[in-house]
Amino acid sequence: MYVAVKGGERAIENAHAWLAEERRGDTSVPELSVAQIREQMGLAVARVMAEGSLYDPDLAALAIKQARGDLIEAVFLIRAYRTTLPRFGASRPIETADMACKRRVSATFKDAPGGQVLGPTFDYTHRLLDFALAAEGEVPPAPQAEPAEGPVPHITGFLNREGLIQQERPSEETPPDLTRQPLETPADRSLRLQALARGDEGFILGLGYSTQRGYAKNHAFVGELRIGDVEVEFDIPELGFAVTIAEIEVTECETVNQFKGSKLEPPQFTRGYGLTFGMAERKAISMALVDRAMRWRELGEDYVGAPAQDEEFVLYHCDSIQATGFVEHIKLPHYVDFQAELELVRRMRREAAEAQAAAGAAAMKEAAE
Amino acid sequence: MTDMSQDYNFAYLDEQTKRMIRRALLKAVAIPGYQVPFASREMPMPYGWGTGGVQVTAACLTPEDRLKVIDQGADDTTNAVSIRKFFERTADVAVTEATSEASIIQTRHRIPEQALSEEQILVYQVPIPEPLRFLEPRESETRKMHALEEYGLMHVKLYEDIAKNGHIATAFAYPVKVEGRYVMDPSPIPKFDNPKMDDCPALQLFGAGREQRIYAVPPFTKVVSLDFEDHPFEAGRAAHDCALCGAGDSYLDEVIIDDEGGRMFVCSDTDHCRTRREAGHTGALGVPEAFA
Amino acid sequence: MTPLLEVRDLTKRYGPRIGCADVTFELWPGEVLGIVGESGSGKSTLLSCLAGHLAPDTGSVVYDTRANGARDTLTMSEPERRMLGRTDWAFVHQNPRDGLRMNVSAGGNVGERLMAVGARHYGNIRATASDWLGRVEIADERIDDRPSAFSGGMQQRLQIARNLVTGPRLVFMDEPTGGLDVSVQARLLDLIRALVRDLGLSAIIVTHDLAVVRLLADRLMVMKSGRVVEEGLTDQVLDDPQHAYTQLLVSSVLHV
Repeated sequence: MYVAVKGGERAIENAHAWLAEERRGDTSVPELSVAQIREQMGLAVARVMAEGSLYDPDLAALAIKQARGDLIEAVFLIRAYRTTLPRFGASRPIETADMACKRRVSATFKDAPGGQVLGPTFDYTHRLLDFALAAEGEVPPAPQAEPAEGPVPHITGFLNREGLIQQERPSEETPPDLTRQPLETPADRSLRLQALARGDEGFILGLGYSTQRGYAKNHAFVGELRIGDVEVEFDIPELGFAVTIAEIEVTECETVNQFKGSKLEPPQFTRGYGLTFGMAERKAISMALVDRAMRWRELGEDYVGAPAQDEEFVLYHCDSIQATGFVEHIKLPHYVDFQAELELVRRMRREAAEAQAAAGAAAMKEAAE
Repeated sequence: MTDMSQDYNFAYLDEQTKRMIRRALLKAVAIPGYQVPFASREMPMPYGWGTGGVQVTAACLTPEDRLKVIDQGADDTTNAVSIRKFFERTADVAVTEATSEASIIQTRHRIPEQALSEEQILVYQVPIPEPLRFLEPRESETRKMHALEEYGLMHVKLYEDIAKNGHIATAFAYPVKVEGRYVMDPSPIPKFDNPKMDDCPALQLFGAGREQRIYAVPPFTKVVSLDFEDHPFEAGRAAHDCALCGAGDSYLDEVIIDDEGGRMFVCSDTDHCRTRREAGHTGALGVPEAFA
Repeated sequence: MTPLLEVRDLTKRYGPRIGCADVTFELWPGEVLGIVGESGSGKSTLLSCLAGHLAPDTGSVVYDTRANGARDTLTMSEPERRMLGRTDWAFVHQNPRDGLRMNVSAGGNVGERLMAVGARHYGNIRATASDWLGRVEIADERIDDRPSAFSGGMQQRLQIARNLVTGPRLVFMDEPTGGLDVSVQARLLDLIRALVRDLGLSAIIVTHDLAVVRLLADRLMVMKSGRVVEEGLTDQVLDDPQHAYTQLLVSSVLHV
């Protein structure tokens, strides 16, 4: 007698309990607090906020803790939470020109109004393991300077004055919202940028890299990379003016790209744009490269079949949550489909064997005659 | 710090989102087989695990409903259990394993064996809604092909199958034409289930979350599996009877029962099998339910 | 008799550059028109505009449809134009890869157009495909092979079979013999000439090869910098070219 396996429910509960235990790890080691993750894993928090598209360092830190440090899982938690939040309205566009910059570098000009500010960067560290950190050493405070006075204008603005860089035409249209409308292609640039901003850092990095290696090469310089705090302003209809509701940290990158001119335009520079929550310059630079590559149609360039140029390919595959769900879903039971395939393959093998046997018999008969 | 103790709305989704999904559903019902784009939400379960079906179910559920969830035909597979618990928790609805008692049935990969009624809604989880996807990867192009009813390429695929294998080598997700107009992917159900879609009294809704598409087959709609006149569609199943209930007309799972490759065939629809055993039917390896 | 195709003042610009300008001509049933010129002369742009692959800026392309008589194909709805493109019209690309499905068998390639217009009997489709493979001199046992296993000349012949299977009345050809060996070219030209004659096809053939038009075309248009500089009966134009550019073109060929 055979009794079918039951008890999926209990198995799930037990798996969850085990997972919780594994997450906590060895209980003789003190537990991480959310505040510790927020303060000491800042770049992980930034990535989860950016790809989760929700600016909340505490929730992002909580998600990282709950996800056992799996950042894609943490992004997933944030996204699922974000869905359920009521929407009160949209803020005004942030003014990155008014940013309080903690880092601001340009690869195109040695100096410019506002100056070059290295900020807290890994760039010139030697990548040597610092064993002092293993001993939980406290760091001495960094030297301080007075913040520079006055605004820090965008580098591309200088090129703009000479007409050397292509103008971005301002539009009064409300940009579509990727999280509220289905993605349909062709997508306009604002939609593409939204998708890239939420897209997986590794995927965007790889695509950006591919443009440098010749797959839709557009020779980019970092015109400007800036990281710092900006104010978020929200129009309150009852008041009739905007109030600052938050200050958020963002990374912005504008690339300046060679452009030979097209059928319609004389040679001039063009740009790619990247913007992310938090400190995430690798992502912002990659995003700018891919953004630029996808603008081939608008700039009258040739489509050379490079992955980064292919809007449908990029937009439909850059989201880590969509990708991870679908890739991993093939571990779910598929035995109904598999059974159908099994029957089909058996039948085709049987038919092939019969055909072979028939051919063999015919050949024998022929040989005998 | 954010307040982390918020309650969720009935059936998880907020009412605005449900309204948006219902509008998409109405459009889908009005144009049978047409894929309606909808702004699929991020759900607390992974894409590819039924987010589309869950959103459609959430938009249809009322507190009076009785929900059944199956995966591979079974109520007790882990993902079915997980989704059923999700709705018990977020909507507090009654649940059932009996096909006849359910008002909404969410399914992955099967249509129940028992005929459905006009009072029921069948919600399919769909991984890839586009039947032309593997012939033409571009969404912009496939939408145009649907709009212009250019389905020649679909038949080229079937032609190639016959030329190569002597018959159509598609065993599941077998494409259908709905009400003589749109070619539709019936989700990865075995082709054995295809005939059940035709002229079905129940409302059939399809949700693809990751791909952001909803489509529908309204009650009593013509659903025809694509084929050639001289190679007509045939619904296939394993040539066995269910080892537990003896059914000779249900879709069967193959179960490996020992290390020597011994196997048995049992109904994939667990409710159907149990109902039959309760009625006294017995297969080669089964005992009536009353004695189990 | 009404012309099969009547083209008026067709102009296509790429920004300040001219693709083709002010092209006007008529094509009569059963007539083969050659369009010659160097690369960049606008002949391929013109062909793409005629076949509906490119939208011209101005002008009209009036086709004598079977069902509704003379219709401007530029103002037709897209479904109508695409329907025309897969029934009454055919387009033979220079590179067979552009006109074939490389991952579909030869039989499937020929059968596609039949299935696109509703053929649903496997046996009949296959029989028709087999017949057409024979007509373009491809052995029947290759029917289930993919074009990627074919030589360049065979691929081109397959492309022609795939195009002609629905019995079109008008065929557009873009350098149909380009990229083939000379001996293969000659065989293909013979085949095309026989098919055009037997089926009473009208055709517009774009080429830079004067030998091709000498063999196939009744009438000739010579293009330079996007404009038609000379036209007339093929023998007339080739034997007694009037325009300086045509003279240059003819004299630059050793043996026509």
